[in-house]
Amino acid sequence: MHFELAEEQKAVRQMVAAFAQREIQPNAGDWDRAHAFPLELFAKLGQLGLMGMSVSDKYGGGALDTISTVLAIEELSKADAGIGVTVSVHAGLTTRIVEAFASEEIKQKYLPKMCTGEWVGAFALTEPESGSDAASLRMRARSDGDGYVLDGTKQWVTNGGFAQAFVVFARTGAAGSKGISAFLVDRDTPGFTIGRVTDKLGIRSSNTVDLTFEDARIPAAHLLGEQDAGYKIALASLGTGRLGIAAQAVGILAACLETSQRYARERHQFGRAIGAFQAVSFKIADMCVDLDAARLLLYRAAWLRDQGMPVIESSSKAKLFASTAARKHAAECVQILGGYGYTTEFPAERYYRDAKITEIYEGTSEVQRIVIARELLGRLEERMQKQRGAQPMSGAVNNGLAGIVEPAAELSPDAAG
Amino acid sequence: MKIVVTVKQVPDTNAEKAFDPATKRLNRSAIENVLNPFDEYAIEEALRIKEAAGADSTVTILTMAPQKGVDIVRKALGMGADNAAMLSDEAIGGSDTMATAYLISQALKHIGFDLILTGTQSTDAINSIVPAAVAEHLGIPALTYAKKVTIADGRVEIQRETDAGYQRVSAPLPALISVTKSINEPRYPTLKGIMGAKKKEIKALSLADIGADAARFGDAGSKTWVESFTPVSARGKGTVIQAQDPVEGAKQILEFLIAKKVV
Repeated sequence: MHFELAEEQKAVRQMVAAFAQREIQPNAGDWDRAHAFPLELFAKLGQLGLMGMSVSDKYGGGALDTISTVLAIEELSKADAGIGVTVSVHAGLTTRIVEAFASEEIKQKYLPKMCTGEWVGAFALTEPESGSDAASLRMRARSDGDGYVLDGTKQWVTNGGFAQAFVVFARTGAAGSKGISAFLVDRDTPGFTIGRVTDKLGIRSSNTVDLTFEDARIPAAHLLGEQDAGYKIALASLGTGRLGIAAQAVGILAACLETSQRYARERHQFGRAIGAFQAVSFKIADMCVDLDAARLLLYRAAWLRDQGMPVIESSSKAKLFASTAARKHAAECVQILGGYGYTTEFPAERYYRDAKITEIYEGTSEVQRIVIARELLGRLEERMQKQRGAQPMSGAVNNGLAGIVEPAAELSPDAAG
Repeated sequence: MKIVVTVKQVPDTNAEKAFDPATKRLNRSAIENVLNPFDEYAIEEALRIKEAAGADSTVTILTMAPQKGVDIVRKALGMGADNAAMLSDEAIGGSDTMATAYLISQALKHIGFDLILTGTQSTDAINSIVPAAVAEHLGIPALTYAKKVTIADGRVEIQRETDAGYQRVSAPLPALISVTKSINEPRYPTLKGIMGAKKKEIKALSLADIGADAARFGDAGSKTWVESFTPVSARGKGTVIQAQDPVEGAKQILEFLIAKKVV
């Protein structure tokens, strides 16, 4: 067992850190205040290869291992968590799904441009009435001649306002998780419109929108994987998508530590640097311990994925711990900076606002606990019901929770079946 | 055209540095080493010259470093250099500025060159001597502090940065150029570059390969050595002159300066 990153992994981290420090971090405050999605940045990230980092070189990607991709998202998020999630959704979720589940024709059309950053990707699962209970989604896709017709709405779609390629989940069959299919929808599809931009507490340099589909017709070739097997794609993606959010949380946490350390050394009160007071130094010690622990959980989960092993449980653990720690220590970072921490002169208040979302999206902390507990205890409730010979208690709740932990195939071309 | 860029690994400029009392040398093992930031400008300029000159040009990275220094060589290869050569030997330890220049020039003779690019200085030693000394050893022109480089018809012309402006300096190739930070904006290594760097050749050079004369490097071959070292002492409290009358105050300051022989 060893804990040293490989030479290329270090090189990727250094490169992204240097880029983020010079090109992202100095602008993060302005982008946050202006709710600005810096489109031109993604062309630069494309040139460096980061937009295609998860894609194989056959389609112009960098074919990075999972550890390197989480290192990249961590470093981007340390500078600006909004940029971190944009890249995570594009490269960690969307391009991976397209490569694993799309037809060759679709891959040829979309992946090269997604790798350069010319085309951004988005992932549309959530709906107004369907969040954690994703299997209850209502958007419909009916088979019609040589294609599908989509009707319904999606909500909180990251990157949606600027994306060209949307992975969209819709109901093609019966209620529950087994009647859902995944599609690749092009931005220019007639009947598909981008709705209002969501005003958010944090990660304001990322773009979040609603989508509306009214008789939006797409070719049959845009079906991803098998019809009615889309929910497996969603679950498999979330297993790896959670690594991206864990990496985002680790990045925020690392930024909190750096900001707190610097301030504790420079700020003098009562005749000494405030870091000389235990009340401050202990906060910083705790912050560093949690950062280390979050990193270890994250890198282990990424490593497991690189070994081809299941990551559902380990990515949930990493995300749960990292997001909790980020939220907690972002608050402490503000506290260490005191009045200055509450002002927009310093980045602490941005970290504080940004950190909260990591406990919510890609599965709330509560959902992560369900996933982890189910791995430890099995489906106790269902077993008890079976023993009693009773029907599952509440269809909706049970279906939803079952869906969360259903064994999911990993994202690989084989999984497309 | 064969362009060689000489690079150096230096302690991370943000790291706290410590000297080993036994060897009186910087303790390099305890700190993160990075590519000398000044060298990145030389690499960038070399890549631009290569890109303008066309396919038969190459960029070679040359460094003198312990094996751990391979990280900084890979970074340079990740930026786009074609190959590298690395001179590593424990016997090199203790070499001073002039011994270093001798070894680098021997290595350059061994690998061959048409044009040599260097940074103006390293962030650890800041002597700015090595580039000119290497050129002297090789018997080629040294064009230092270049903020612009133009190459045409077997000649190189630079704008040599000075405090007041710049000088135009020209010389025939082969030549050595040291470049300043104002010359360009160094590129980041790309993911493809980083991954591709693994496959590029890093030639290991030994002291025997370059025909180094044992009397001219290491502790024995160095004309300077560290006698002792002392940490910079904290700045003492200054003298504060308080006076009601500004003329009187000015007089006191003047007397102080005269006493210190400043004026």
